[in-house]
Amino acid sequence: MENIDRIKDPILSIKDLSIAYNKGAKYAVKDVNVEVKKNAITAIMGPSGCGKSTLLRAINRMHELYPSIETKGNIFLHDEDIMKMSTIQLRRKIGMVFQRPNPFPTMSIYDNVIAGYKLNGIRISKSERDNIVEQSLRNVALWDEVKDSLFKKGTFLSGGQQQRLCIARALAFQPEVILLDEPTSALDPIATSRVEDLLVELKKKYTIVLVTHNMSQAARISDYSMFMYLGDLVEYGKTKMMFTNPRDSKTEEYLTGKFG
Amino acid sequence: MKSDKITKYTLFIASLVILFVSGGMVFSLIGGSIPAFKEFGLQFIFSTEWNPTEDREAYGALPFITGTMFTSILALIICLPLAFATALFIAEYFKRSSLASILSSMVDLLAGIPSIVYGLWGFYTLRPLMIELGWSAQGYGILTSGIILAIMIIPYATSLSAEIISMVPNELKEAAYSLGATRMEVIFNVILPNARSGIIASFILAFGRALGETMAVTMLIGNANVIPKGISGVGNTMASVIANQFGEADGLKLSSLIAIGLLLFLITGIVNAIGKLIIKKLS
Repeated sequence: MENIDRIKDPILSIKDLSIAYNKGAKYAVKDVNVEVKKNAITAIMGPSGCGKSTLLRAINRMHELYPSIETKGNIFLHDEDIMKMSTIQLRRKIGMVFQRPNPFPTMSIYDNVIAGYKLNGIRISKSERDNIVEQSLRNVALWDEVKDSLFKKGTFLSGGQQQRLCIARALAFQPEVILLDEPTSALDPIATSRVEDLLVELKKKYTIVLVTHNMSQAARISDYSMFMYLGDLVEYGKTKMMFTNPRDSKTEEYLTGKFG
Repeated sequence: MKSDKITKYTLFIASLVILFVSGGMVFSLIGGSIPAFKEFGLQFIFSTEWNPTEDREAYGALPFITGTMFTSILALIICLPLAFATALFIAEYFKRSSLASILSSMVDLLAGIPSIVYGLWGFYTLRPLMIELGWSAQGYGILTSGIILAIMIIPYATSLSAEIISMVPNELKEAAYSLGATRMEVIFNVILPNARSGIIASFILAFGRALGETMAVTMLIGNANVIPKGISGVGNTMASVIANQFGEADGLKLSSLIAIGLLLFLITGIVNAIGKLIIKKLS
């Protein structure tokens, strides 16, 4: 794997990262070296089982929820080794949004947005809370839709609204990076395009790493793309370059729909 | 078309049979208890007398109602923390570990042991232990029965609430972890609120089982037809008095036993109804 252009002053640097789900098992992610540009959308593409979600989840160490997982290599947020940070601190700096919208069903919309603070037992004043909730909901363009029903359960919202609520929940901590794992795969086309527009808007303030199954989505909204295959990072570069002129024959086959 | 009709009528008749059997049971319980209620009126429920002497016959259900309630509530109190902790252990904290799977099969094993075996173990092991510890003079009584009942209902409460806990969607736990929550925070803020009604339901069901449990309690309660004096006192439960006395009972005494059976039936029915109501309100 070679880079066309080295990324200047990357926010994330992944160095020699290998991950296996069990000791001695096959690597789900093999020797990945990659740098992620700040305030950009980076898409990770590849067929099912290529390791793209595993790579994404390693960035805020969510992959450690599998107790037998084995990780080698380093990931740096700026210059800080994330393996040495506490997961609590790390996950406040690197937020995550999942495949299926997953607002907490026992909490109101308001409590969902502020859930990170509640879960961690962080005490803040009511005005601060109100402020965070409003700002986060405005950031995902949900404020006008829900401002009159903030204390209703989040699960009453439509799928697209729920997913935007989950993005707001991730934004409430003002993270630096947001990881999204196929965030639109459970949404209809209209809701999908709203989320896509939102991500393009959000990259002004945040760095976005997005796993997607959907090549046209990657082409539409991402600035940089990774193509993974069987745990290897096959190709990485500017999205426009990759889609118009892939360097690797595997990438080309995937992008032209020959497999995947 | 024809097979459709046959299926329809077969299902209909099968359901009718169930209806008739349960209806018939209620009918005969009520019918059998009429002489007792005619003789003693509502006083039957509040009277503590149990006197089978001819011409001075008088029967009351209060000692047995209190005996049943005391033992079952005590069992529930003992069972709650143990079953709850075990369920969390199996279904969340150490799920997928070999220790959890061993524990979970042990729980299933406990649930399958016949009541009489628990009674026997209680009689030969727990009773002497109670005497030795000085908790009970003869080793019989509410406390001994409550402990044995607790051991008997722990498997039900555990496996039901473990199932409920493991049904909390993984995506909710992941959402909480991704917000920096610790394991304890995930358990108390995500798993328990989402599993709450189910966990309450499983403990109510376990309580219902304790109410009707007969054999082991009969062997350990002391079979004294009095209101128990404290938890180390002896007593009798509704189920035990029926099991002990139905063989030699006739006339008014038999009717009184049937009336106790009817009351037990009503109490368990009410407990189950309360449980369902709670679930409805929470969900």
